[in-house]
Amino acid sequence: MTQNPYLWLIPVLPLAGAAINGFMGHRSSKRAVTTVALVFPGLAFALALKTALGFSSAAAPYVFHLAHWIRSGSFSADYAFYLDQLSLVMMLVVTGVGFLIHIYSVGYMAEDSSYSRFFTYMNLFMFFMLTLVLANNYLLMFIGWEGVGLASYLLIGFWFTKDSAASAGKKAFIVNRIGDFGFLIGLFLIIQNFKSLDFDKVFDSVTKLSSGPSTESLLTAVGILLMVGACGKSAQIPLYVWLPDAMEGPTPVSALIHAATMVTAGVYMVARSHAIFERAPVALTVVAVIGSLTAFFAATIGITQTDIKKVLAYSTVSQLGYMFMACGAGAFSAGIFHLMTHAFFKGLLFLGAGSVIHAVGGEQDMRKMGGLRSYIPWTFATMAIATAAIAGIWPFAGFWSKDEILWKAYQANWAYWAIGLVTAFITSFYMFRLLFMTFWGDYRGIEVDSHGHAHAADGHGEPHESPMVMLVPLMILAALSVVGGFVGYQEGFDHFLAPVFASREAAAEGGNHGLELLFMVVSVVVAVLGAILAWVLYVSKPYLPQKIAASLGAFYDAVLNKYYVDEIYAKLFVKPLVDASTSILWQGVDGKVIDDTVNNAADGAQHVSDEVRHMQSGNLRSYAGWIASGAAIVIAYMIWRGVGQ
Amino acid sequence: MVPLSYYLVLSGILFACGVAGFLIKRNIITIFMSIELMLNGVNLSFVAFAAHWHVLAGQIFVFFVMVVAAAEATVGLAIIIAVYRTRETLNVDQVNLLRL
Repeated sequence: MTQNPYLWLIPVLPLAGAAINGFMGHRSSKRAVTTVALVFPGLAFALALKTALGFSSAAAPYVFHLAHWIRSGSFSADYAFYLDQLSLVMMLVVTGVGFLIHIYSVGYMAEDSSYSRFFTYMNLFMFFMLTLVLANNYLLMFIGWEGVGLASYLLIGFWFTKDSAASAGKKAFIVNRIGDFGFLIGLFLIIQNFKSLDFDKVFDSVTKLSSGPSTESLLTAVGILLMVGACGKSAQIPLYVWLPDAMEGPTPVSALIHAATMVTAGVYMVARSHAIFERAPVALTVVAVIGSLTAFFAATIGITQTDIKKVLAYSTVSQLGYMFMACGAGAFSAGIFHLMTHAFFKGLLFLGAGSVIHAVGGEQDMRKMGGLRSYIPWTFATMAIATAAIAGIWPFAGFWSKDEILWKAYQANWAYWAIGLVTAFITSFYMFRLLFMTFWGDYRGIEVDSHGHAHAADGHGEPHESPMVMLVPLMILAALSVVGGFVGYQEGFDHFLAPVFASREAAAEGGNHGLELLFMVVSVVVAVLGAILAWVLYVSKPYLPQKIAASLGAFYDAVLNKYYVDEIYAKLFVKPLVDASTSILWQGVDGKVIDDTVNNAADGAQHVSDEVRHMQSGNLRSYAGWIASGAAIVIAYMIWRGVGQ
Repeated sequence: MVPLSYYLVLSGILFACGVAGFLIKRNIITIFMSIELMLNGVNLSFVAFAAHWHVLAGQIFVFFVMVVAAAEATVGLAIIIAVYRTRETLNVDQVNLLRL
């Protein structure tokens, strides 16, 4: 077994960065904050790379035991890190993309007054995310799971003086609590039945369970509860509502947490628990159905959004749905593959959107952009690559992973494939719509006043390209979005992950390469059709979309308003809860019971004291009289008792 | 040999006189003397019991009481002089600044 004594440093280094910036950042110079904020995640990335280079499949999985944590009877949970092909991929994605986004943030957040606070939270997030993916047991994973939720909350509400940002943070936190509730109960079930939370021990017990209805119902329950947790964290139906609101945070946050890494934690958790899911077909079906429905619904909402970040948010929800669909179809490695490529191109899209927003002075509405191609050519070029990648056009990264998902989904159930293909078409359409609305046509952010002078609506001046510190991460991610897919060439990625998933997929491989090739062609054609439709509607005939929207009427309104899901949730859950809390808990329990008890006790004490205080006349001899008569009474009582003896 | 009960009755009378004086009198010095009377009433019963049961503890305790009483007399008389200097009276009913 290869020793890897510095494995624990990979999560701990960003924590050190967070601690230094958190305690001293507000007193240090900006240069020092930047150095700390970049060096620690950078070192973590370097160590992750070194780990990857020295990684040998034969030695995996490697467990690094750092310290005891909980020892209670036969149950134990330790600070231990688990390195296998799956966590290696996740670790590289988190540290690599995370480090790039840190670099980008130096440029993006340069003007912000809470510069050090931002990087403290970012480093803290890196620590928790790496804990999550490297944990050796579910409990440590849960620490990371909650920690990234905390970091996400802090960063969504980063500009907390803005009301919408503060409430978006709260919404994310509360919706995630619902999912975590399911996750926790799932963990309790695992402890109860397998007496351990260590991955190795749990999966070992699961595979050894005798098959039968009781085993299957147990594993189905565990699987569905874990999926509830994944739904919260990875923004799946019905708990996806927090992610679009989370766009209130700074754009690098959206890129790092709400696109590339944290939201994929649910996919990672389901893939990690594949031993449980593989023996619970019902739970797998639930995962696949939730995933495919989410992919489709979120994509349709994405068509109508006009806020550039909201489009990307719904796109993220939709792509996460793809990953769950893959997991549900049993193709865990395809899901992880898409997770990786998605981290590249969606991270890039968000960073590019940030660069666009930066260029036009904080404007996020695509209707006020347009024609930016010539102003910000580098941002345009990288975003175009990312758009092609997410649309699934050959040979960009998204093509390989999406095609593999569709192919595997078809083998599981043709309905998944059909939904996936329709979604791929919609995805291509709304992504090219975003590209065309932002970069083609004329710039719509400038108003021409009566004297013919052009000036920007907010006095920002002409759109300008971002500084190099922001562009370099864009270029690196663009390169990854181009070549990142080739690791999946000829199932290469599958074979790499095969030891983890004990590849039952490989066995199912029909080897029908002709059909597979046809599928590739179909998905590329669908993607190109989506792009052409977007070209027609938003470049060559820009008056058409309004006409179509008008002719669709109520349906269009429903989609534009995100199917009124937020409103329905507000009516169904939030309002009854607020009302009941107001009338029962606040006015009833708190007001009537608790407050009244305290007030009555105080009033009673006052009344009694009012009567008794006359004893305290202040006359010394009356006190002595009280004492003497008291003593006399005691003595008389004792004599009386003594006589009775 | 005088029976124990004689001593106890005398002790009770002394103590009762002390209490009565403490309650009735207004002059601080008289009140102070009444306190001494009560202490000595108790002391008498202590030594009476000590002699009757042949236990030295009672007598030793009396010494303690005497020491404390002496200390108390010093402090008390000093306070009385201080009070008289500021208030020019020894009537306790007129020393009532702390009263509501």
